[in-house]
Amino acid sequence: MNDASVTLEKQADPAMNPVYRKRLLRHRIGIVLSVLAMALGLAVLTWILGTLLVKGLGGLSLDMFVHDTPAPGTAGGGLRNAIVGSLMMVGLSTLVSTPIGILAGIYLAEYGERNKFAQVTRFVTDIMLSAPSIVIGLFVYALYVANVNHFSGYAGTIALSLIAVPVVVRTTDNMLRLVPNSLLEAAFALGAPRWKVATMVRLRAVKAGVVTGVLLALARIAGETAPLLFTALNNQFFSADMNAPLANLPVVIYQFAMSPYDDWRALAWGGALLVTFSVLLLNILSRTVFSQKTPT
Amino acid sequence: MSAHPPVAISPLVKDAADASAQADYAALRSTMRTQRLQDFIFHKVTLIFAASVLLVLLGIIASLAIGAAPAFRAFGPGFITTVEWDPVNDHYGAAIAIVGTLATSFIALLIAFPISFGIALFLTEICPVWLRRPMGMAVELLAGVPSIIYGMWGLFVFAPLFADHVQPVLKSVLGPLPIIGPLFSGPIMGIGILTAGLILAVMIIPFISSVMRDVFEVVPQVLKESAYGLGCTKWEVVRKIVLPYTRTGVVGGVMLGLGRALGETMAVTFVIGNANKLSWSLFAAGNSISSTLANEFAEASTPLHVSSLFALALILFAITFIVLSAAKIMLAGMSRQEGTK
Repeated sequence: MNDASVTLEKQADPAMNPVYRKRLLRHRIGIVLSVLAMALGLAVLTWILGTLLVKGLGGLSLDMFVHDTPAPGTAGGGLRNAIVGSLMMVGLSTLVSTPIGILAGIYLAEYGERNKFAQVTRFVTDIMLSAPSIVIGLFVYALYVANVNHFSGYAGTIALSLIAVPVVVRTTDNMLRLVPNSLLEAAFALGAPRWKVATMVRLRAVKAGVVTGVLLALARIAGETAPLLFTALNNQFFSADMNAPLANLPVVIYQFAMSPYDDWRALAWGGALLVTFSVLLLNILSRTVFSQKTPT
Repeated sequence: MSAHPPVAISPLVKDAADASAQADYAALRSTMRTQRLQDFIFHKVTLIFAASVLLVLLGIIASLAIGAAPAFRAFGPGFITTVEWDPVNDHYGAAIAIVGTLATSFIALLIAFPISFGIALFLTEICPVWLRRPMGMAVELLAGVPSIIYGMWGLFVFAPLFADHVQPVLKSVLGPLPIIGPLFSGPIMGIGILTAGLILAVMIIPFISSVMRDVFEVVPQVLKESAYGLGCTKWEVVRKIVLPYTRTGVVGGVMLGLGRALGETMAVTFVIGNANKLSWSLFAAGNSISSTLANEFAEASTPLHVSSLFALALILFAITFIVLSAAKIMLAGMSRQEGTK
């Protein structure tokens, strides 16, 4: 190709007219902005995780797991009571919310096709998924704490369960509805009653998906702070009594981060690192190991 | 048992067959009965658990309303518009917190919407296929980070940088402008309404972008290919085909993000500054409904203070309920469309 033909082509090429150039420019700007938006998202994620690693690794040591939260002004100390309290509350919440969520999810998938009540329930579940968690805390306070007159681990557990249940319901419902009808009909044709088909065929077919939902719920409640402020409160000392104020990681992190003591802040960063990476690990686990499409 | 077919068999055999058939039939009937009973119980048990979700919602509304009643009785409907929150004189109005909540959420939306759109566009149209899953997951991880972590990061890392490098620039560039000038004036502290809005924006980006990505994916390939066939650029396809087609879904996603932003507590509590006053400046410290609750509820002393906080919570719950309902209805409309493609 010689120079003359290139010039000729350029002149004949409609692609070089001003309108097309303007469109092309817009396209390029749009694409660049889109890539920048993605880069910004990734940058913020890296920034936050980087901050946690830099500030948290210093506080993260064996001491953190074997000592309890320190008194004001004293050096050292750890987060043992908070870690244990959090594990107890999150664990118990999971145990409570999993069966409730799965059974409610089964109802929605099984009997909810053309059923007004089920449609309303599904709608409400979706709302509760995003409802402000602090309001849930207030609800549990009004319902339970104000009546028994003391903060307690049980109150915290109730609040966390109320947050976890909608997540499990939603995932279970979604997953069950993915099961092909032919599978259910085959089971019905063998004479199996509905409850057996629902639990032993339908539910079993999407076991992995339901586990995903439970893990997502776990990830959701593990870092929740707001609902625990007025329910579990906090406890400076080690306690395994669920019927008394219970130390827990999120509230300890909150109080220590806001405190004027450097030692406390270091502990808060250590705890933050611990909580964040556990939660993210749960998230990744639920999305890769049991990779089926799930609602967030 | 008169319905037996008239087959000639010896009476002895007939009787035996008859007896065993009868036994089978009885067994079958009893099995059917137990199964029907089991199914009935199963239905009712699952129904109770499903109903419990509804019951919790009603319980929340009822308990908040009961808790809020004294405050509304004391201050009347004017509670919502009163610009005063004074625990010392026991006089309360919700306007400061409501404005704080709405302002921070609005700022968050303003920033999060274009960025989420960019991310959704990247994930559906630009990103190479093998990178889509890891990239999408990275964005979703942003949603997984607990809100208290955003608060700590916002207060200790972001706010100082923001005060040193961004706020002075905003103040000198936008401050002198006529109408929006007052928004960007006032003392520079790093924390305040604007910072809270920015942190909220980061927190809701993953929700909005993941909804947008999902609705972008339901656009029929044929529509897009026709546009490409006419010579459209990728940007034009997205702008003129994908976006109009998914409009309701996109708005639904934005509303979902708004619902999250309105109720977000811990991150806002860290960075909003917790001052019970109203100011035109976005740099000023303020308070949102959720941060007021987080800060004051445990220490509220008078019954009226407690009740006013309940009233705030009721208002917050009502606003988020309406916003989230709108989001759900719009997204439901979107998935109906999906069925007809």
